[in-house]
Amino acid sequence: MAKLTMTVNGRTLSADAEGRTLLSDFLRGGLGLTGTHVGCDTSQCGACVVHVDGQAVKSCSMLAHEAAGSTITTIEGMANADGSLSTLQQAFQDHHGLQCGFCTPGMVMSAAALLAENPKPTEAEVRHHLEGNICRCTGYHNIVKAVLAASGQDVSGVGIAAE
Amino acid sequence: MYAFDFVKPGTLAEASEALSHDGALPLAGGQTLIAAMKQRLNAPEKLVSLTGIPELKGVCAGDGGVTIGAATTHAAVAAQAAAYYPALAALAGQIGDPAVRNRGTIGGSLANNDPAACYPSAVLASGATIVTNTREIAADDFFQGMFTTALHDGEIITSVKFPVPQKAAYAKFQQPASRFALTGVFVAKFADGVRVAVTGASESGVFRWTEAEAALTANFSAAALDGLSVPADGMIGDLHGTPEYRAHLVKVMTKRAVVAAG
Repeated sequence: MAKLTMTVNGRTLSADAEGRTLLSDFLRGGLGLTGTHVGCDTSQCGACVVHVDGQAVKSCSMLAHEAAGSTITTIEGMANADGSLSTLQQAFQDHHGLQCGFCTPGMVMSAAALLAENPKPTEAEVRHHLEGNICRCTGYHNIVKAVLAASGQDVSGVGIAAE
Repeated sequence: MYAFDFVKPGTLAEASEALSHDGALPLAGGQTLIAAMKQRLNAPEKLVSLTGIPELKGVCAGDGGVTIGAATTHAAVAAQAAAYYPALAALAGQIGDPAVRNRGTIGGSLANNDPAACYPSAVLASGATIVTNTREIAADDFFQGMFTTALHDGEIITSVKFPVPQKAAYAKFQQPASRFALTGVFVAKFADGVRVAVTGASESGVFRWTEAEAALTANFSAAALDGLSVPADGMIGDLHGTPEYRAHLVKVMTKRAVVAAG
């Protein structure tokens, strides 16, 4: 066990962690931030995506100690300062971009990383970028629509799903 | 996974020292090794992270080639090598998914030598040189079969030196779930000839299709491959495709790569 410190959602936090502790387990078990979900634990589903120093990574496939001293953003850090939903989160609600919601934290984190580097993505770019995030409920259409809407683009003509 | 000691040295010298002990393994981006350790297929006593060593990262061009630090992520290669070696950057941008590309590294991919990984085809087709902490290894000597390379225990890849071809392209038939190459072909046309390397298809790992190289050196067009065929013997057969299917794909993807190279 060794003490591990990182900046998570703007707060400097520490907890003990073994060498083998995954970042996902450290966030959930060590720091109590259970918004990051573990779906497959094999790097396929993307429910565990968080940002490490601004880059989206699958936290189930990164050792917690690799993130020592890093700046982490999880789904708990995505809301506005007053607690209201961010534009991207609100778009997921407005466009029914979730049903059971299990994949949503990873979807939001992956989509946020896309919009940070490509503020006006095309539908194809959104779908390509979300390749590593699996949703078993929605068929993806409304997730894609939500991301496009969050980017400020008109989705009224996007006939990809009934709402 | 089983418990292990984790160390993250800041210099290559420290990493070399840490890896000189029995039971120690290097950890690059971890996108394969961590999954293998979870399944207890691999159980090192000590993991030596290579991600905190600045001298192992970055892309630089010069002397008609491009050199990529071994701990450079796929995302960084896709972005930073595009100006120097577009076909290589395009290959890097097709590996896995965005989150995997933010962790996985070229050195880790080459050291693992997965028979369906993308990078080995680019390295072999380019005639690249793998630089380690002790020597330089030609691509033709480096890959020695599925998950097997010329690396010694504790040896660390530090960079890969690519000569930049006149024309090149990578054509990948993607396994849609894993996004590994069901079959991928990298074609590189140099002044003195064409090199063709195939990944994902053979039970022996990445290989050069020498008949195609000769045909394309004489005539760099997809039609030059019409009379050739690849035997199914030794090709991978699994639930995703038979050996015959993969052998067929080798030719199809080589043609697509030639057309894409222009």
